[in-house]
Amino acid sequence: MRANPISRGRLFPAHKLWLVALLALAAVLSVTIVAVAQDSTPRPVTDDQVNAVARGLYCPVCENIPLDVCPTTACAQWRELIRVKLAQGWTGVQIKQYFVDQYGDRVLATPPARGLNWLVYVVPPAAILAGVYILYRAFQTWRKPVLAIPPVASTQGEPTTIDNQYIVRIEEELKKR
Amino acid sequence: MENQTTSNLSDAVVQEAPPRSRPRWGRVLAWVALMTLLVIVFLQLRRTQEGPVQVGQAAPIFPLTTFDGQNYNLADLKGKVVVVNFWASWCKPCEQEAADLESAWQFYKPRGDVVFLGVDYVDTEPEAKAYLQKFNITYPNGPDLRGRASQAYRIGGVPETYIIDRNGKLAYVQIGPFSSLSNIRAVIDPVVGK
Repeated sequence: MRANPISRGRLFPAHKLWLVALLALAAVLSVTIVAVAQDSTPRPVTDDQVNAVARGLYCPVCENIPLDVCPTTACAQWRELIRVKLAQGWTGVQIKQYFVDQYGDRVLATPPARGLNWLVYVVPPAAILAGVYILYRAFQTWRKPVLAIPPVASTQGEPTTIDNQYIVRIEEELKKR
Repeated sequence: MENQTTSNLSDAVVQEAPPRSRPRWGRVLAWVALMTLLVIVFLQLRRTQEGPVQVGQAAPIFPLTTFDGQNYNLADLKGKVVVVNFWASWCKPCEQEAADLESAWQFYKPRGDVVFLGVDYVDTEPEAKAYLQKFNITYPNGPDLRGRASQAYRIGGVPETYIIDRNGKLAYVQIGPFSSLSNIRAVIDPVVGK
């Protein structure tokens, strides 16, 4: 004689457990799908978000004016494109890479460190170091005459200077005559 | 005698330190680096000061992928007259010549030995496509990817039009918009007839 499963503490029979599990899985999947669908819908993008990306870009038409403050139509179109890309979920890095692919490295505020661009990063620090070295050598040269004189004690026990030593020597020479 | 004494004293007091031997290789390296930098700066400056490509020079070759995915390369178009027009959707003067350029293309298209290429300079694709649609432009047009074409031709702005003869030499340069269809034909006809 077989025992009734319910009487052994089970809430559902085995075949009903499978059904419950499948229903639970379907519920979880549907919630996930809804969440993903909501995420792919365009999100509102603020001007600050657009400008945060635009600040690191320069339109080649308007030299030396960052994209976030550039007043031309071309720049306005670029900013609108940034807004569209942000709404689609693109990151700032991805958007900048898109602009580089379309218009070249010159659109970036900071040039990538490759090719001749290395000079931008190497030359100024090297020039500063060279300047410091030249100044150091110059200061060394200017101080040498002072350093070359060995300290001479004054006859009166006072602190000596070059002038004092010079005067003392002149007086001694005059006394000899 | 007194002068000599004073001079001797001066010599005795102000003693110059013996000159130190400076590392010669360091100086050589510094000079080489400086000269290299100057050469690079000179070459870059010369390049930026060159101005647009001159008539009679070999036309720079560039690839163009059109908005509808067709590929063109100037190297493959030798033997044909090529009209390269740089434009942008944000460029008002470009609008003045857009319809006339399309009319010119319709005029020369049946011959088969004249090719029009539109190069879209620093533009966004949706606006560029809207511009092409607005002016019913049917000749091949594509973006100037990474600015290669505009840099090769060293353009100063848009619109600019370059007419290349059958030998790949630059035959005519139009800075600014064409004024009319007859204006366009007046510069293309002599190149086609050569």
